[in-house]
Amino acid sequence: MKVDRGPRIALRTVALVYLGLLLVLPVGLILYRTFEDGIGAFWDQISTPASISAISLTLEIVAIVVPLNVVFGVFVALALVRGRFRGRGIVQAIVDLPFAVSPVIVGVSLILLWGTDGWFGGVADAGFQIIFSLPGMVLATIFVTLPFVVREVEPVLHEIGNEQEQAASTLGADRWQTFWRITLPSIRWGLAYGIVLTIARALGEFGAVSVVSAGASGESETLTLLVANRFEDLNLPGSYAAATVLMGFALVALILMSLFEYRSKRA
Amino acid sequence: MIAAENVEKHYGDFHALRDVSIEIPDGSLTALLGPSGSGKSTLLRVIAGLEVPDSGAVVISGEDVTHTSPQKRGIGFVFQHYAAFKHMTVRDNVAFGLKIRKRGKDEIARRVDELLEIVGLAGYQTRYPSQLSGGQRQRMALARALAVEPQVLLLDEPFGALDAKVREDLRTWLRRLHDDVHVTTVLVTHDQEEAMDVADRIAVMSEGRIEQVGSPRELYDTPQTEFVMSFLGPTATLRGEVVRPHDLVLSHEKIDDGVAVIIERVVHLGFEVRVELLDEAGERVTAQTTRGRAAELGLYPGQALFVRTARPDQIPAL
Repeated sequence: MKVDRGPRIALRTVALVYLGLLLVLPVGLILYRTFEDGIGAFWDQISTPASISAISLTLEIVAIVVPLNVVFGVFVALALVRGRFRGRGIVQAIVDLPFAVSPVIVGVSLILLWGTDGWFGGVADAGFQIIFSLPGMVLATIFVTLPFVVREVEPVLHEIGNEQEQAASTLGADRWQTFWRITLPSIRWGLAYGIVLTIARALGEFGAVSVVSAGASGESETLTLLVANRFEDLNLPGSYAAATVLMGFALVALILMSLFEYRSKRA
Repeated sequence: MIAAENVEKHYGDFHALRDVSIEIPDGSLTALLGPSGSGKSTLLRVIAGLEVPDSGAVVISGEDVTHTSPQKRGIGFVFQHYAAFKHMTVRDNVAFGLKIRKRGKDEIARRVDELLEIVGLAGYQTRYPSQLSGGQRQRMALARALAVEPQVLLLDEPFGALDAKVREDLRTWLRRLHDDVHVTTVLVTHDQEEAMDVADRIAVMSEGRIEQVGSPRELYDTPQTEFVMSFLGPTATLRGEVVRPHDLVLSHEKIDDGVAVIIERVVHLGFEVRVELLDEAGERVTAQTTRGRAAELGLYPGQALFVRTARPDQIPAL
């Protein structure tokens, strides 16, 4: 479509103002507030025991969730693309469930299931705390990040087809060798992209985790919870500093994401 | 020897192979020839173990391998679309089977270089498949399949995705390769010219059945069914008799049971001249003759002539 010069500039202005007002300004404002009193003040805020605990807890959750979702995601994607079984449609729908369900509901449902009065409440009675503890937060994060690896790997598997795998089998490779030497290297960029999306989503998860976390500062507070709690306690500089750390992680994820997306499209 | 015995295969309602039995002698280059849907690729994949037959058996070198996985059959398989390992260099592609077999590094390097020399890709070791042309990729795939010294080489429409010119070069090359390497080879193709050019034996397939097996010459000269007759070359029907267009003899005088015809069109195709005729009943018949013979007869549209079928004893023996 060809647009005249006048309207074209108007359109661009509207788009830029929209992005600026809704995205750049709020984020920029947080950065401005964070570093208003200098790097030293920022450093003081993020080196408190509560901050360090929140950062390490967040990274811990990511470190547990990502490998689990990678194994599960690749397995499900393989089953969906290569498998011929009844109920594939249902599995497809279930994989997308976390996209549709609000994270708060995920948190509440986890309490219903694992809480002391829940179906699996016996586990808590036996002394293995799920809800209001790390396992609960991990479960909540797994739930909300579950689709990413599956949905990124699936189209790549479709595209490469199974001829390379068949060729490997005629050359003497067993299933395991074929998977490691052929399938995995072929899907690596799609998988990497899915992993980065999972990491980004896990870092930023708030709703589900806030329901199942005990919320104890310095103990069961993730970075997002730290931002919210400090804000509620009117510790605004602390809240901004934690938010900036979170954004820093997200930025790294975003850069990796663009890189992997570029590589996977080229491959 | 490779044999398929009474093989049956269904895909849902589709009857892909109907009681197929065939024997493929050691060292031969056999073509499975037929139109799409005739079951030729299915038969090849059953021999490879990529498909399991509903019933029947596959025997390779006296051993029943019907339920043996492809990896243990000692086969080499070449796919129409190359199935190149895209994330590996040419060297690693060809070395794949040897690495799986845990051969020594030096042995692998030597063997890979040797094979790349044979397929004309020496010096391409560090390239990736995306940097090769279609013909080069297919030659790499052949080297990869040959690397593991298979008892039988199975080729599924190996030249089907290539340009006509490259296809012709590659099949001449394959024929020579087979003369050098002598590995029992089964080639699937829908192109009768390709089959006649490359193979020493052809099995013609139609609707999941093997119609006839024989040398190219046998199939061309003594087809046992009308399908084989028409699939292996052009046909012409004169007074209800189906013959090859070049077995129609044109003459100015009526000889034996010659039929009176009128020339409708004369097409010069280089050495071959195609003459389109109309008989008294208005039926069209196409005859094929040579440039020299056409000049002798002085053919022109509208000319009245006689045509008869050459008697078998008049077909010159080669």
